[in-house]
Amino acid sequence: MSYARPHAGVHPVTHLWRKITVTDLGFSSATRVENGKLLIDKGELTALLRSDPNIKDVQLTIARPGDPVRIIPVKDVIEPRLSRIPGYPVFPGVLSAWDPDSDGIPSGEIVSLCGMVVTTVGSIVGFQEGIIDMSGPGARYSLFSGMHHLVLDISVKEGTERHEHEKSVRLAGFKASDYIARSSLDGPLSSGTLETLYNPADPGFHGSGQSGGRKRVPGIAYLYMLQSQGLLHDTYYCGVDVKKMPPRRIVPTEVLFGAIVSGNCVSACDKNTTYHHQNNPIILDLLRGHGVDWDFVGCVITNENVTLGDKQRSSTQAAELIASLDPDGVIVSKEGFGNPDADLMMNCSKIEAHGIKTVLLTDEFAGQDGASQSLVDSHPNADAIVSTGNANEVIVLPPMERVIGDDRVITELAGGSNKCRLPDGSVAIELQALIGSTNQLGFERISSRFK
Amino acid sequence: MSDASRNGKYRIVHYVNQFFGGVGGEEKADCEPFTIQGPQGPGRLLEKRFREGNADAEIVATVVCGDSHFVEHQEDVLRELVPLIRGYHPDLVVAGPAFNAGRYGMACGGVCSALQPLGIPAITAMFKENPGVDQYRKTVLIVETANNVSGMEEAVRKMVRLGIKRLRGEEIEFPKAEGCFEQGIRKNYFHAEPACGRAIAMLLRKINGDPFETEYPIPFFDRVDPQPAIADLKGITIALVTSGGIVPTGNPDHIESSSASKYGKYSLEGLETLDARTHQSAHGGYDNTYANNDPNRVLPVDEMRVLEKELGFKRHPWYYATVGNGTSVDNAKKFAKEIAVELIRDGVQAVILTST
Repeated sequence: MSYARPHAGVHPVTHLWRKITVTDLGFSSATRVENGKLLIDKGELTALLRSDPNIKDVQLTIARPGDPVRIIPVKDVIEPRLSRIPGYPVFPGVLSAWDPDSDGIPSGEIVSLCGMVVTTVGSIVGFQEGIIDMSGPGARYSLFSGMHHLVLDISVKEGTERHEHEKSVRLAGFKASDYIARSSLDGPLSSGTLETLYNPADPGFHGSGQSGGRKRVPGIAYLYMLQSQGLLHDTYYCGVDVKKMPPRRIVPTEVLFGAIVSGNCVSACDKNTTYHHQNNPIILDLLRGHGVDWDFVGCVITNENVTLGDKQRSSTQAAELIASLDPDGVIVSKEGFGNPDADLMMNCSKIEAHGIKTVLLTDEFAGQDGASQSLVDSHPNADAIVSTGNANEVIVLPPMERVIGDDRVITELAGGSNKCRLPDGSVAIELQALIGSTNQLGFERISSRFK
Repeated sequence: MSDASRNGKYRIVHYVNQFFGGVGGEEKADCEPFTIQGPQGPGRLLEKRFREGNADAEIVATVVCGDSHFVEHQEDVLRELVPLIRGYHPDLVVAGPAFNAGRYGMACGGVCSALQPLGIPAITAMFKENPGVDQYRKTVLIVETANNVSGMEEAVRKMVRLGIKRLRGEEIEFPKAEGCFEQGIRKNYFHAEPACGRAIAMLLRKINGDPFETEYPIPFFDRVDPQPAIADLKGITIALVTSGGIVPTGNPDHIESSSASKYGKYSLEGLETLDARTHQSAHGGYDNTYANNDPNRVLPVDEMRVLEKELGFKRHPWYYATVGNGTSVDNAKKFAKEIAVELIRDGVQAVILTST
């Protein structure tokens, strides 16, 4: 499948995306895909992960869609992928050194294993880790309930400092994902679906192509806000902690390669796991309609730092970068809630001040009864909002036959309470505790309205 | 609850004020509650329209109360009326319509609201500017009417349509579709399309100048102007209040790590500083490693003691703490109101608020 090239004569970065769907998981003596089933060498993978001196033990477990299983507390979810571009690895800057500005982003092929994910759990690091239910009412709220999971239940050595603990668990997920992709996808591949994604041309060429400078379709940009409050609320771009990085443009399909990874324990419902970044639907939809329904003029990533000075500086720079792309409109997605609402409103008002239209994606925290206001900040220019649901709304999850991880922590999770356990073994818990339930990249269908 | 009564009819109790109850006008507004068997005034029209709507309903009693008497003695009146109404085993209670009569609207809303917890369906109707709308829209189904009695026919028609649904046990998920005021309550639902596609479609409409509807209308926010600085602190009492979740070790009040439903009040009597053995953070929205190591980082008791000696103010022996993480603004407002009342009562003249 291919899409129209928007600017003849300019060579935008192009990526060929091959997707190989996995229909089941199992353990075996050698890691490989056989007849659609991913087989994993437990010993080899465990040994690889235990080479981290902080890690004491790793239990590998499989969970399938429809299983009576609860996975808790989930830290990250990752889709295994292999870059077929020599010298350009997946998780650039994380598992190996990479500087996107000096090394560039080469065109070429990437392969992903679809339908399965690597999911990390283990004793709680921050309160804001979450739940995936593989069946029952909770399964309706998360795309992860429809996937096969290889769950890594990781315990660290006693005395491991909290931030080191988070880092070891985070890296273990990437290493496992990379190991699976390398072991099962290397070599000639003929199967799978193929999609070609053409990135926007450099902004210097914008409007100088065939159209003779006259826009025939609207120009749309994307402002991608990344959680960077610090202290267990971090996101990394090419291995760089984004709270220490000014807003910048990226090549949109960099996300396919894991250029943005999650390192945060912000509330489960609206944190972007690494999977969410790898599959960002705003980027993919904008690329797929690019040159036909609109011109996707570029993507800017920005942070959500905690100090007012940082917020003001980042929003000013982000708005200027967006304006330099000369779009008619911009989609702004937020990560997290509360403190980042202020960043969202600053980004919105400063972009609108450039005469550029905005649509904001946000979830809501309107209280369990839905009666409170939903965001902690507002601006009159925020007149076009897509709601991804009230994360405070309570859902009752019946008990599951099997728990992967440790469900004793459920009362401590953000969204739980000391009263959330019901006499019949169910838990009445806010949607907040379900991984990805109110995701602000727009994966899910849940929304909220006035009754 | 939608079971018809023994003779096969739905049982309805109707609440009206002194005017519609046939007692008299404003001069009778202090009339005490009483009951009439069967329908009275607009009740006759209601009953007729219910039957025309194929709902075999009977107004078994009409409860009448003077508007001034109700609002001046609301608690007492409800304590009397709720068991009385319940005694009729109604399938539905209809109050009003109250149009733009303010005290009548407050009474209708008050009666309906008091019956909800008993599982008795209750509906009312008023004009949009009736103060009863703002007071009760969140909990009571209120049909929108004209501002005076000339809108009686239409009001009754809409109330009957809604009443029949309630009698048949239908839950009204989105009141606006039934001609009622929005309750102003956010309710989740599954949209046909993922949020991402909706965002792009909304942006294209906004760019093209086509009409679009935001999914969350931005509310007007209260902004509080900072008070002028206090020039001389000598002799005044200063309190500490925090949303940073510093609580005595063990979190005795079980303040939630997110979406707090309560706050705590704790003694600082005799404390020169906080330490990691006696205090901790209950907050789930930030990494509390450093607050747990030294709780003064969030609740600066140590610095307060230094400044107290230097500047000569008095310390308030209590502090208040909650968790400001995903906590609804309504809850936060409620906490603030209660805390402020106590602080003023206790003679506190200034507060240092710390947050995280």
